[in-house]
Amino acid sequence: MKRKGLNITKVIMNAEEMERTINRMVHEIIERVGPKKNVAIVGIRTRGVPIAERILKKIQELEKVKVASGTIDIALYRDDFFKGLASPEVGPSNLNFNVDGANIVLIDDVIYTGRTVRAAIDAVMDYGRPASIMYAALVDRGHRELPIQPDFVGKAVQTGDNEAVAVYLKEIDDEDKVVVGEK
Amino acid sequence: MKLLIKNGTIVNPKAGKSFVGSILVENGKITKIAKGDLTADGAETVNAAGMIVTPGLIDLHVHFRDPGFEEKEDILTGLEAAAAGGFTAVCTMPNTSPACDNIGTIEYQTKKAAKQGNGVRLYPIAAASKGLKGETMAPIGELKEGGAIAISDDGKPITDSSLLQRVMQYASSFGLMYVSHSEDTYLSKGGQMNESYFSTLYGMQGIPAVGEALSVARECLMAQYLGLPVHICHVSTKMSLDLIAYFKAQGVKVTAETAPHYLSLTDEAVGSYDTNTKVNPPLRSEEDRQALIAAVKSGLIDAIATDHAPHHERDKNVEFNTAPSGMVGLETAVPLVYKLVHDKQITIERFVELFTAGYGIFGLEGGVLTEGGRADITLIDPEYQWTIDKNMFRSKSRNTPFHGFHVKGAVFRTIAGGKTVFTRAY
Amino acid sequence: MKHLLGIENLNRDQIMHILETAVSFEEINQRQIKKVPTLKGLSVINFFAEPSTRTRMSFEVAEKRLSADSYNIAVSGSAITKGETLSDTALNLQAMAPDCLIIRHAVSGTPHMLAQIMDCSIINAGDGFHEHPTQALLDAYTIQKKKGRLDGLKVALMGDIAHSRVARSNIHLLTKTGSHVTVAGPATMIPKDIKKLGVEVTYDPKEAVKDADIVMMLRIQEERESGLMYPDRREYAKFFCLDEKLLSYAKPDATVMHPGPANRGVEIDDNIMDGDRSVILEQVANGVAVRMAVLYLLLGGSNS
Repeated sequence: MKRKGLNITKVIMNAEEMERTINRMVHEIIERVGPKKNVAIVGIRTRGVPIAERILKKIQELEKVKVASGTIDIALYRDDFFKGLASPEVGPSNLNFNVDGANIVLIDDVIYTGRTVRAAIDAVMDYGRPASIMYAALVDRGHRELPIQPDFVGKAVQTGDNEAVAVYLKEIDDEDKVVVGEK
Repeated sequence: MKLLIKNGTIVNPKAGKSFVGSILVENGKITKIAKGDLTADGAETVNAAGMIVTPGLIDLHVHFRDPGFEEKEDILTGLEAAAAGGFTAVCTMPNTSPACDNIGTIEYQTKKAAKQGNGVRLYPIAAASKGLKGETMAPIGELKEGGAIAISDDGKPITDSSLLQRVMQYASSFGLMYVSHSEDTYLSKGGQMNESYFSTLYGMQGIPAVGEALSVARECLMAQYLGLPVHICHVSTKMSLDLIAYFKAQGVKVTAETAPHYLSLTDEAVGSYDTNTKVNPPLRSEEDRQALIAAVKSGLIDAIATDHAPHHERDKNVEFNTAPSGMVGLETAVPLVYKLVHDKQITIERFVELFTAGYGIFGLEGGVLTEGGRADITLIDPEYQWTIDKNMFRSKSRNTPFHGFHVKGAVFRTIAGGKTVFTRAY
Repeated sequence: MKHLLGIENLNRDQIMHILETAVSFEEINQRQIKKVPTLKGLSVINFFAEPSTRTRMSFEVAEKRLSADSYNIAVSGSAITKGETLSDTALNLQAMAPDCLIIRHAVSGTPHMLAQIMDCSIINAGDGFHEHPTQALLDAYTIQKKKGRLDGLKVALMGDIAHSRVARSNIHLLTKTGSHVTVAGPATMIPKDIKKLGVEVTYDPKEAVKDADIVMMLRIQEERESGLMYPDRREYAKFFCLDEKLLSYAKPDATVMHPGPANRGVEIDDNIMDGDRSVILEQVANGVAVRMAVLYLLLGGSNS
């Protein structure tokens, strides 16, 4: 639980900045996938889901089209399952569209080691063979452990190993902000 | 060789009231019992201050597995275990292999005990039927000549009532009594534990109390009809006690024993699925346990017997239904039953009666300290607190559900025929 | 929680947590690729010392869908038939370092014995007539899906209660979650003092079924060591078979369940078994998801 015991040192994004950042990401995504058909916006549970919903809503408003969407739970695909960590709560995945041939944009709050998105890619692949997978993260805090880079980044920040980045969202946490703190 | 026991409380109910005094033992006999102090030149002196000094205890129901199953127990280790438990005499049950249904086996047992044993007396209870099969009578007369003090098919009740009648009658012509393991084997078939709420909870086939009672009723009725005595082994249920009370009131010569585990544990203990809680008759309900304590108190139960039933760890380390019944009891009986004295349920005199009644039931010498009598003496330290450790047993077997039990009261020294056969090292 | 030995020792929250977790696994069973890598590299031994089709298959499917490596031992192919003791067999299996052992055994308490000998997680897949926890969990999952709750339901549980592990586990579970259980059968099939488990007892099936939300039938057992508990199948069917007439006493939307294998025409009529109130096959389907959830929760890290 990244929120527990986090000693907040600075706020790196407030509500207004978050909205602007998401708006910019929406435009980038539209620009990139615009010509493609069969686009689906998929949030990675837990905090990728509300961000994905916001992005989805804005894309549909701007483009006046219905875009497929879904959520993905990576608990069953984690590679740290046996590392003595508490086994995470499993939530349902929900991909109610034909994954075969879809252009999927995975949405998450923070990219860190890259392991989460690796698991999410595996999870999506179990539903079918998408035409492409892209990846958007609201915050990139560095320290990658896998050769994975996001296609869309809200904000990149330099962080230390002993630091943590926490994203607060209205839908879950009653406010929008991104903070850096010490673990 | 002289031995002087001083300062102990001599509890000798057959001779009268208890008192603090001394006992002098010379050449295997008690030569002097006195209130207060005695002196004797050159005697080994045992300071028994704070101890209870009693006639040597008798266990009228043990299984020594010799011949046939010597890896579980043999006569010598069995006698050692008896000594450690405070017993100076034991009555062995006939379910050896071959069964104690022939002169060869009975002589083997008595001679081995007499020649190689530690001095604790061994009295065989011989088979009632050949091979304990419940079909034809064993050579009871010859077995009596070989040393049998009673007859029984213990573990396997005689289902054929006609055979029961003939066995009781025939044995009586040789002055022997039938000792009954009371069980209706139709009702106990497949059973693993007492039939109760707990058998329902644990999902085990139950052994109903009525099965024991049916058999007790039959034996008592037969004894009444024939005018003969009968002894009922290991009574475990209230229903049986009620029947015994009825027949005793009718003047039937019925005596009864129960075992320490029926006074200490209930069927709830089986929930551990520890096969050491599997015993026949099974551990019964709390109501039965309370009734047994009351019967021990009132005299309805005449004697405590351990039903010492050694089994190798290998035999017990199996699925519950596969495991044989029985638990060792010689080395835990005194502390378990002494709890009733501490709990003010019974007096120390009653305690001694319960552990010496076997002599009277089978007409054996012992059970009382008398000048000129055999020096069979047990010293008990009533206040000593200790934890039962199965790995300290003299018995070859470790099958006890009481391992780790914290108890108060211990056998301090056992003297058989004037010889110290056991001393507890504190 | 390391082992799942029975429902008796679970509390309501633990039961509900397993059932909630199962929801996510049910989704996997509906995908085209019905497999996730969660238990990749873990070894699970299915040790069935008693015949079983449904439960054994269900566990195996659950294990494989979680990418565990499954190994099956049937007693006829094991050292037990060569005279090895169960504890020795267990120690030998232990030496091969499995992560989980699923055990079905005819003797009550055997999983508990293995849990003391072995280091791995033990899941009781049915011991004697003691417990069958995953069956009760899948039954509860099925009821929850059908009725939307596990409390305040009237449940009729009928058949050989005395010799049924399914009955015991279901009684523990449903009384813990606040439902009302009535057991019914001829008196020979009702074990001593079962009322103390918090159930009502009747020998009249109509009374048990009356206004029931759930009618759960149990398999009539073959002859046991202690003898047959009923005169013959014909007589049993005449008085205790769940047919249209008996079921008409239940609520109109009553759900009919049976853990299988069923004796058609003896404890349950074909019409009912194949009818629209029967969820017998859904029970089987849900069994896979529930067992996946149990494996996930027991084998996943240091979950409490």
